Parts: sequence; structure tokens; C-alpha cells
Amino acid sequence: MVRLTLDGRTIEARSGQTILEAALANGMDIPRLCHDPRLIPSGACRLCQVHVGGTEREPVLACCTAVTEGATVVTESPELASRRRAILELLLSEHRMSCATCDADGDCALQDLAYRYGATEWAYGTFQHTEPAILNYTSENRGIEYDVEKCIRCGRCVRFCDEVQGACALTFDGRGITMKVNTAHGRALHQSDCELCGGCIRLCPTGAMREKTARGMGRLKDLTKVQTTCTYCGVGCTFELNVNPRLNRVVRVTTQPGMGINDGNLCVKGHFAFDFIHSPERLRKPLIREHGAFREASWEEAIEKAGRALVAARDRYGPEGLAFLSSSRCTNEENYLMQKLARAAGRTNNIDQCATTCHAPTVAGLALSLGSGAMTNSISEIKHVQTLFVIGANPTEAHPIVGLEMKKAMRNGARLIVCDPRDTWMAKHAHLHIKHRHGTDNMLINAMMHHILARGLHDRPFVADRCEQFEALRENVRSYTPELAAEVCGVEAGLIRRAAEWYAAGTPSAIFYTLGITEHTCGTENVQNLANLAMLCGQIGKESSGINPIRGQNNVQGACDVGAIHSVLPGYQKVADAAVRAAFAKAWGVELPTHPGGRVTDFLEKAGEGVLKAFYVFGEDPVLSEPNQARVVENLKKLDFLVVQEIFMSETAMLADVVLPATCFAEKDGTFTNTERRVQRVRKAVEPPGEARQDWRILCDMSTAMGYPMSYGHPSEIWDELASLTPSLAGISYTRIDKMGLQWPCPTPDHPGTAFLHQGRFTRGKGLMHAIAFRPPAEQPDADYPFVLSTGRTLYHYNIGNMTRKTAPIAQKQNANFVEMHDADAERLGIVDGGAVRVTTRRGSISVRARVSGKVRPGALWMPFHFAESSTNRLTHDAFDNITRTAEYKCCAATIEPDGHPDAPTGEPPR
Amino acid sequence: MSISECTDKPLDLSPVAAMVADRAPFSEGDVIDALQDMQTRYGYLPRAAMDEMARLSGVPVARLYGVATFYSQFHLQPHGRHAVRVCRGTACHVRGAAGILSAISRHLGIEDGDTTPDMQFSIESVACLGTCFLAPVMLVDDQYYGNLTSDKAVATLKRIQARDGAPNAAAQPAAQKGSAPCPP
Repeated sequence: MVRLTLDGRTIEARSGQTILEAALANGMDIPRLCHDPRLIPSGACRLCQVHVGGTEREPVLACCTAVTEGATVVTESPELASRRRAILELLLSEHRMSCATCDADGDCALQDLAYRYGATEWAYGTFQHTEPAILNYTSENRGIEYDVEKCIRCGRCVRFCDEVQGACALTFDGRGITMKVNTAHGRALHQSDCELCGGCIRLCPTGAMREKTARGMGRLKDLTKVQTTCTYCGVGCTFELNVNPRLNRVVRVTTQPGMGINDGNLCVKGHFAFDFIHSPERLRKPLIREHGAFREASWEEAIEKAGRALVAARDRYGPEGLAFLSSSRCTNEENYLMQKLARAAGRTNNIDQCATTCHAPTVAGLALSLGSGAMTNSISEIKHVQTLFVIGANPTEAHPIVGLEMKKAMRNGARLIVCDPRDTWMAKHAHLHIKHRHGTDNMLINAMMHHILARGLHDRPFVADRCEQFEALRENVRSYTPELAAEVCGVEAGLIRRAAEWYAAGTPSAIFYTLGITEHTCGTENVQNLANLAMLCGQIGKESSGINPIRGQNNVQGACDVGAIHSVLPGYQKVADAAVRAAFAKAWGVELPTHPGGRVTDFLEKAGEGVLKAFYVFGEDPVLSEPNQARVVENLKKLDFLVVQEIFMSETAMLADVVLPATCFAEKDGTFTNTERRVQRVRKAVEPPGEARQDWRILCDMSTAMGYPMSYGHPSEIWDELASLTPSLAGISYTRIDKMGLQWPCPTPDHPGTAFLHQGRFTRGKGLMHAIAFRPPAEQPDADYPFVLSTGRTLYHYNIGNMTRKTAPIAQKQNANFVEMHDADAERLGIVDGGAVRVTTRRGSISVRARVSGKVRPGALWMPFHFAESSTNRLTHDAFDNITRTAEYKCCAATIEPDGHPDAPTGEPPR
Repeated sequence: MSISECTDKPLDLSPVAAMVADRAPFSEGDVIDALQDMQTRYGYLPRAAMDEMARLSGVPVARLYGVATFYSQFHLQPHGRHAVRVCRGTACHVRGAAGILSAISRHLGIEDGDTTPDMQFSIESVACLGTCFLAPVMLVDDQYYGNLTSDKAVATLKRIQARDGAPNAAAQPAAQKGSAPCPP
């Protein structure tokens, strides 16, 4: 520590800190325009000049000067004020002073400093603006607007794009007085490397970079900021919805460094994708199907009709006659109520949510191996990982803020190992990329463990003290030599050996995976085998070291935690345990069902078999999200009664008997739990459209109509009930998570939450190793279907796209389905980049545009699943994981051919 | 020096690979040098060649573009085979640089900053060539011509035209300022 005096006050600073950092850390302010804590100091604006060691000495830049022991720093003097005024006047001479009509009025650092130092705009001649404005790289863009006449060339946007986001889309063009921010060659922003993260807007100290969509919608003083949690992906970014109450409208999104786990960063979805809130397509009134068509109905009528149908199915067919699909996009409180509705009013354990579609193998596999099915480390620990082992995950697109943390780790010198059949951003930047064949993960992991054991690189004390069944594991991997794996996986044995050595040697190493591991018929086994690898090397149960599934949907972690799973009640307390049932029966005043219940994939099959009669779908669209769409629709049509609670008329809602208009995240209070087990607040910012009703109220109304009255005054009351029944959440309350969320387990009100799991002891006691044999995917390529098709997410869209696709700048960037294929295959089949192709599997066929590159392996195809009009899930295979019934979205046999049909997609190839 | 031909043929990008490979492992520090090679090869920095260099080297194209636009030595548009740089520094200014520039412009039929339609000459006024003892001075390619008069300057250009065997550019219509004769 270093002690210095700042404006007469003695402060302590870290050695190596700059004067500016030390001042800010001590709550003191120094004028600045080019500084941001996330960026390398550039000293561009010259405003942070301070005196060190006497006001007669030449000032130094506080942002570029390190603190020294005993230094005396003066931040304000007549000399400094005069210098700052001159700098500001020079800036103003090149700045169009249009504060009266500027969206940034009141939210502009230049304005604040000019006011503070009395800078005049005419000191160096008044600014001559160009009319009409000169066209630039943002002129055509529908999200971002750059006004060169308001730009002060501080370089924050350019440096952020480069140093933090790593997109490197922006640069300074030219030099001197004509210098401006531009893309390479002035390319239109949506055709450049820009990822639309909005960082340039968030960092701009003036009104030069703004949201085009927010123009004229309100200045700072017109807006109310509501801090809440993002509704996209499991990272759980904190931001403020800026609401114009006069318009009842979310105008823009803001966030600052230090706010939430995202530390002021957002991705394209978090910054831009909120047009859906105010979409004219929102459902506004309850709908009832009559004579094959929908008619509007009152809430009373819709609830009464749905309640009666659900009770009829329950009473006539028992617990197998009805099922409830909860929503991992909705809050913990709503998921808790949904499973309570299913169990207490529906008297069934047929309750599920989309975890089955994605990370159920994680929940099951990690629970079997470690006793707890969640990310073992925290997002903030990622930057200190030294060896990142990323397998079957594409964080820079699917979890962009986790991707940013990994980029930080890499800048800190971490080694990156990526195992992925596709050249993702991470793969391209990896120190070691294993581009293995689809569905050969267990072969690869077994071979890594074989090599680790052969070389004696495993952590013997850890294995001896904390693990069981090590001998079975050792025996199992004996035959999985790196040479065998090289042949099966289609990669060099040397790469496998090196990956094993690096992972074992990391101080520390951490595993990160997502659906490339789970969406297989051997998904649970894949997860167990990754747990084996972590335990074998002792790379778990420590800070920045563990096994980390990154959850997909915003609250899929929470939906699982609060018991929207057939086999467990809140807090993963087993339904099969009579004592657990008794505790809930006492709290809820009703006997709990004991039958095993099923998962969403079971529900759909049972509907097809005529066993399931009534189905309540809440905030999910299985028609688009489940595999083999044709069969899903066929099965749903056999139901006696389908209730859908939704914000849009989804494909599933079109089949419903009753549709209930629900509210989105911006219209309600509650909590989401992110992938690192952090329970965070969601807050109401705007009023819902039409008669759309808060989801927790709808669930209470439905339960009451079904004869089990439920009533709460506010979601916090639901949380308190949930917390009282769930030991791992018992210490969390709305008061405690007002500003920053808490990570479970958090058993008591004074517990600080748990950053990483399994320290000293696994949740289940000893870690259980499993002998996992390699099993190939269910469907193999053959003569008729010679390709392997895999599906996934892109950066720009979320799930089935019904929210993100309503955003103009995103639609401009990516608005149509496509298929990635290898150059060599394309050439052989006469397919050109951007050309129309038809992709066919045993389930169905769709026509899309081809993206030809070396991104996928030869013989492989890759498609996103965000586009309802050409739904990729018409193609996917309804073969399931043997334990969790999660579908094998990552491997199905397919064929591809040029599509000469006149209806084939045309126009600009998607990019 | 070879100059890319102004035809509809796509630009030959194959030389870019060597520009990157010769500097392996390519780092940010190689950018200026590699761009100089590119300009030597193509006469300017074609957009497609910069994209290719970015793809092969991993250095983002925005960074290449930032460097290319920062230094006056780089040209993003096709440039004449001969660069005529007329000094406008203080010493040259007082000794009649303005007259030299206008004489050259008149002779070639183009303005400062432009290229003759036959791609033979580009004129560019520069702040100082650092050879004030020769004022007024111009630099044609890498050859200095000092103690100029308007007549001497024009005569120099005529000699080069005669050596190249090119038609008199002044007989042809002037190219528009800032626009390339063919899209790069």
C-alpha cells in the first residue's frame, strides 16, 4: 500500500494504481473525458492534469501517473482550471452545440465540464456545421447513430471495441482535425465486424454515439431508471431500463461499471432487443377457441373454462391425465407457483420446464457425481483461470458476457483449450483447438484421462481423500488410448495429449461447457465424464477452478432450483422422500402426489398416445423448441385441452383452446437466478399492454378456479414462502438483494452467499467417479443422409427468436435462417456461398441459404434454430438422453442439395 | 514496380499471402511494413487486398485501415505511376512554390491531390520535404528536383513523359477529384 495526500486528505492506494484510480476508489473526482476503468489509459483528453509536489510544478496526467509514497496531489488550482477551460473551449470549437435538441442533454460529460469550468463555445471561433449531415458508416444502421460533429475524439468507443469487446470494428480514420471514428473502408456498420454490443454508445461521453431508436424519446430528466435483470441468457446482466413514463415506454438501456456481474458491459440482446415489449403483436386479451377460431373473452370466462377443463382431466384420468410446462424465462416466484399449482391443485408431478431441452443432463449428471447440479464457480472468477477448458460451448455468442470474462483471462495470460467441431470465435483464438467429430466427446475425455493416468499427472491426494470409485474409472479408461481417440474423433493424438497435460497442470484450470455436451443421447454421461476429469485432476472446489455449465435461458437455473422438475420440490428436495413431502404438505395444506411424473418430452409422447389429456403451457413454445416438429404438432393436436399463457401468439398458442395474455420481464416484479446461482431482482418498469395480467396473478387465479385457492399481495410474499421451504435459499430476501444478488447456498440471513461450491467437501460427501463407455450418437450418417447436422445459437438471437426478431437493428444484421457447410462439400455438390439449398432429414425438409466456409468439419452442417418460418426443428431427431430425455439436437443425419425451386430464399445472403 | 491493371478482372490477391507469411508470426508491429509492400505491389492499398491481409494475419481490418489512413504515404485509391510531391514549406513558399504547383497542374490538367486519367502522374502538395536549401523543390518518385522555376518543373515532367512514351495527359479530360478511375 502507498499513502499519499490528495487535496489535503491522506488516502491509501494500491502500489501501481494511477492517481486517478486512487482518487476514484476514495470517492474523489478528477475531471476527465477519455478515461474508463475498463480501458487502458490513453491520456488523450488532457483534462485530468493535477499538480504533484507543489502547484508551481508542471502538472501531470492523473490517468497515466502512478501513485508514489508520500506524494502531495492537488487536483484543483487556478492554473488547472485555466488549462481545463482552454482544453474544453478547443473541444467546443469543434463540437456542434445543439444541446436543446440533443438526446444526451443532461447526460453529457462535456456539457457538465464546460458548465463547471465556464468554457465558452466561441473562444476559438464558432463551429460551422454541415447541412445536411455528411453520410457515414451509421447512416443506414437501424440501431446506432454516429454524429461526427458531436464527437470529441476521446477514443473511448474505439478502444472499447478493441480492448474489451474484441470486435475491432471501429477505428480512427485519418489524423488531425479531419480525424473521425469509422469502420474499415467506411463500410456500413451492419456489414462490418460490429457485434452491436452498444458499448460505443454506453461509453460515449457526449451525444456523438446514440441509439437511433431512442431519438426524441426523452432526455435524462424525462426518464426514470429502473434497475433490473436482463431477460436473455443465463448470465443475468444487471442494467437499467430507461422508461419515459409519459409514453409508458422503455426508451433505452443503460448500465455502468460496477453494476452487476456484467460490470457495465452488455451484448446486442441486452442493449437493443427490447422492442418486443411494445410490439403491436403482444397479446392483449384472453382468447377462447370456438368453432375452430379464436374469440376474445373476459378473464373470468377464460380462467373458468381452463380451470374446469384441467379439473375434469385430473378427476377423470388422475395425475397422468394432465401436465404443466413451466417457463425458465419467467421468475422464480412464478415457477414456484407453477409447480405448486401442478402439485397442489393438479395433484400431479407432471411439471417441467425447458431444462429438459437443454441442461437437464447437467442437473442430473452433476447431482450424481457431486451432489449439486450447478456451475461450481462464479463468473467473476473466470478472469483468474489460467487454463480454460471450453468444450461444446460458444460463449462469445451464446453467453457474451462470460465470453468477455474469458477474453479478460486470456489478456491475463490464460491458456485456452477449445474442443468444438466448429470454428467458433473462441476456437479461432484458442491456443489449442480440438475440432473433433460430433458426438465423440466421451472418447476424447476418456483418452485425456488415459493419458493423465499414464503420465501420473492426476492429483493423487485429492482422488484418495475426496473421491470414490477411482479404480473403476482407471479400469475403464485403460483401453481409451489417445491413438484410438485420434481415429474416432478425427484429430491428432498429440493434440489430445497436450490438452490433457495443460488441463492437469493448470493452476488453476476450469471446465466450461454448454449444450454441445448435454444435447446428446449420452448427455448425462458426458457431464459425468467431465466431472470425472475435474475430480481426477483435483481441478474443482477451489476459486477459479471447477466445472461450469453455463445455463442457457435467463432463469433456467432458478426454474430448476424452485422445483419445476417432476422429481424434486424446491431446493432439489426429493419428491420420493416422505419427510420432504410431509413438510410441504404441512405448508401447503394438501397431500402431495407421489407418482413419478415425467418431462416435457414425455408429455408430448403421452399426448400422442392419448394418455395425457390436458396440458398447461406457460411461456414456452414446444412446437418450435422441441425436436421433430411435425410429430410435436401431431401429438399436441390429440390433447383434449391446451392452455397457453404467453406474451405472443406462439406456434403452440395457435393450437390452444384458451390463450392467456401474460406479462414480460419489464412489467413485473420478481427474481431470476443466473447461471452462477445468483438470485437477482427483476423490477416492474412499464405497464403491461391491454388486459395482459401479471403471471403470478394468473397462476393464483387458475389455482383458485381449480379449487385450491392461492393469494399473495406481492411477489416478495411468494419469495418468502419459497425461502421458508428451501434451506439453500433461506437466507435470501428482497431486502438483501436490492442492489446486488446473492449466490445460493445462502442458508441464513447473515450468510454472505457461496461463490464457489465443493470447498473441502462435495455436496454429496465424496465425489463419485463413473466409468463411462463411449457411445456413438443415435443416428449415424449413411448413404441416403451422409451429413451430420448440428444446431445452435447465434449472437443476435435468443431461443425461438420471438423476442429478438422484433428488434430492427438485429433484423438488419441477421433475419433469416442459414446452414453452414464446408467448402469442399459445397464445391462437390455445386453449392455456392449464399445460394439456396434444401436440407433434408428423415423428419422433414427446409430450404435456406448456404454459408460456405471452413467453419464446420467436412461432412458436417450447422444451423441456428431462431427462425419460425423455416424452423430447424422440423429436421432434428427425437432421440433422447437415456436419463433426462433431452433430445440429441447436436447430431442427426441429413442431406443437402442446391434448391432450384422458385420459392427458394433469395436476396442478400445472410451474414 | 508493377501496377494493377484497371480492368473488370478481379484483383489478384495471391501476392498478399506472401506479405503475411514472410513476416510470420505476423504481429501488429508488422502492419506498416506489410502495407508498404502492398502499396509497392498494387500501387495503392486495394480494399480487397486489405481484407485478405486481415483474414490471413488475424489483424482486424479496422486496424489496418486506421494505420493506412493515418499516414499520408498510403493511398486507398489507385495512384499514378509517378508521384509528384510539391513542397509547400515556408522556404519553398517564399520562393514561389504556389507558381510551381499551378504550372504543374496546368500542364497535367489535374488539381492537387488528383491522378491523371492515364494513371501516369499524381500530384500531391506536402508540408515540407526537408530540403529547404533546394527551395523551391519537388520530389518525383524518389528523385529531388531543386531550385525550380515553373518552366524547369514542366520540362522535368515532359522528360519523364518522353521516357515513358505516354501521350500528353493534358490532352485528356481531367479526372474528378477524389474519385478513382475504376473502383478498387
